[in-house]
Amino acid sequence: MEAWFALLVGIFFTVAVYLMLSKFIIRVLLGVAVLGNAVNLLIFTGGRLTRGVPPVIAGGADALGGPAANALPQALILTAIVISFSFFAFLLVLAWRAYEDLSTDNTDEMRVAEPVKEPMPPLGY
Amino acid sequence: MAVPTSSSVDLSAALVLGPTTVADWLVILPVAWCFAIGALLVMLRRAIGLHPIIAVAGLAGLVLIDALLLGHVAAKGPVTMAMGRWLPPFGIAFTVDLTGALFALVAAVVALAGGIFSLADINDSGRRYGFYPFLMLLMAGVSGAFLTGDIFNLYVWFEVLLISSFGLLVLGSEPEQIDGTVKYGFLNLVATTLFLVATGYLYAVFGTLNMADVARKAEGLRGSAPLMTLTALYVLAFGMKAAAFPVNFWLPASYHTPRVVVSALFAGLLTKVGIYALIRVMVMLFPVEREELSFVMALAGALTMIVGVLGALAQTDFRRMLGYLVVSGIGSMLAGIAVGGPGGIGGAIFYALHSMLVMTGLYFAAGIAARLGGGSSIATVSGLYRKNVGFATLTLMLCFAVSGLPPFSGFWPKVMLVKAALDIGAWWLAAALLLAGFCTVIATGRLFLLAYWRDDAGAAVETVRLPSAVLAPLAALSLLTLGLGLYPEPLLATIQSAAAGLAEPSAYLNSVFPAGGPQ
Repeated sequence: MEAWFALLVGIFFTVAVYLMLSKFIIRVLLGVAVLGNAVNLLIFTGGRLTRGVPPVIAGGADALGGPAANALPQALILTAIVISFSFFAFLLVLAWRAYEDLSTDNTDEMRVAEPVKEPMPPLGY
Repeated sequence: MAVPTSSSVDLSAALVLGPTTVADWLVILPVAWCFAIGALLVMLRRAIGLHPIIAVAGLAGLVLIDALLLGHVAAKGPVTMAMGRWLPPFGIAFTVDLTGALFALVAAVVALAGGIFSLADINDSGRRYGFYPFLMLLMAGVSGAFLTGDIFNLYVWFEVLLISSFGLLVLGSEPEQIDGTVKYGFLNLVATTLFLVATGYLYAVFGTLNMADVARKAEGLRGSAPLMTLTALYVLAFGMKAAAFPVNFWLPASYHTPRVVVSALFAGLLTKVGIYALIRVMVMLFPVEREELSFVMALAGALTMIVGVLGALAQTDFRRMLGYLVVSGIGSMLAGIAVGGPGGIGGAIFYALHSMLVMTGLYFAAGIAARLGGGSSIATVSGLYRKNVGFATLTLMLCFAVSGLPPFSGFWPKVMLVKAALDIGAWWLAAALLLAGFCTVIATGRLFLLAYWRDDAGAAVETVRLPSAVLAPLAALSLLTLGLGLYPEPLLATIQSAAAGLAEPSAYLNSVFPAGGPQ
């Protein structure tokens, strides 16, 4: 099962990178969302995949009876999901404000902070 | 049902059973303090008149706490505190060594200077938008990143400081700022996501996230695990955070857009967190991989220096020029990490601390220059020297310091780095360091010549008095850089033992696992 998940993670990363290479903010935004999920899935797969085996130590025993999924990566993902979701929300609003204020969603045309034709610095005193 | 009795479970294998000493609380106090003050400010969001007072007092307290912490670590060696009493590697541990305490202290000093400068720079609307709570939360993230001993926790602190920095960057919502924040936001998010990818792989390989645990397990895994891949991912992620060439373009695109004090704080704090993380991971966790990546990093460092300083030479705008100088300085630190050894790592740490003070001071100077001269283009601003001689002198000191000229703080790390580079035979790296310093002299010299010394033809220039809230932080930082340049010995000795503690982390490991710990 891990092999299939590895393939899936690879597809997620490919889609994310493809989208993020776009000039248009909305596609970059979608790419970022997919990228966050690709990472979550990667950590999830890294923590072993076993179905229906809770990682609970039986009474009287000192260790787990058999292989079970590691619970820690799932806790990491929980943190990462919250963070990536809040960032996505912020960037979504930012992208909307950028579209409103700069009237473009093409990053090539966003040249307010770095104007295209700037004068040379003074060459003489 | 077998009910476990208290005698059948040995809690001491998993939990800290002794009471936590007051000194241990110092380890976590910088973070807890910043969060507490930040939360208080959010609660008092209507009483914006109180915000500056509370925030400046809070930042002064943070400087005090970090100074105490540094003194404690210098006397006792690395200190560890385990969260929730769970022993490392199970619980999240905060481990402070000299490197972390030094960075945290200088960061707090920079933030205090920024807090005082903001009294005259942030207006009521900025305060209502929450400048001070964001500042305190930013400091919580920065302090946490310097003090944590757990690599996933480091990721969380990166996100804390990143989200606060977004808030500070868009404060004011000018179109320029929105434009800058779009580039800053997306590229930094990609960088932290790369960091998360690397950390996910790290856990899959090591089964632990505690840095000390990773450091001691790396040797045994070197033959079988893809540690090089991990290290390369970390270099890319932290290099992007630190604005190393060729992933530096977000910095000059955004750092000149927000309020001056925000630029100053970012220049002093954010990229240096990336450098600190790079030092921690490369030197302490993966020293063998650092050795192998040495050439690539040295090349990236040299290109960062040169590209940065060429960018600075091409700018007309004071603040945009400073953005490129920040990038150029990052190149020197990368060169130090690439060279390694006590000289290289010590030089990189010294350069980072010096750069935190000096770049913040220079952004303050840019803000004051814009206030006096009515703009920040060196083509139009002139006569600043006539308007305020004291301010011009302080700026000149910082210009000397950033170029690495004696007797200021930039001189010693440059000497250490050049010597370390020559010692390993990397003459081209030493040449790049000196060339970058030379071009910085030209860039800052031109700035001083045009904006400060040039006089308006025919215009009567009268002296302008500056409020002490803007002059005092600038003066403090300038004098600090002069003091460190004239009498670097105590700092140099501390840095050398910090670098030695990173290269040979047995004291760090002993602090996390006092009795050898679980294997």
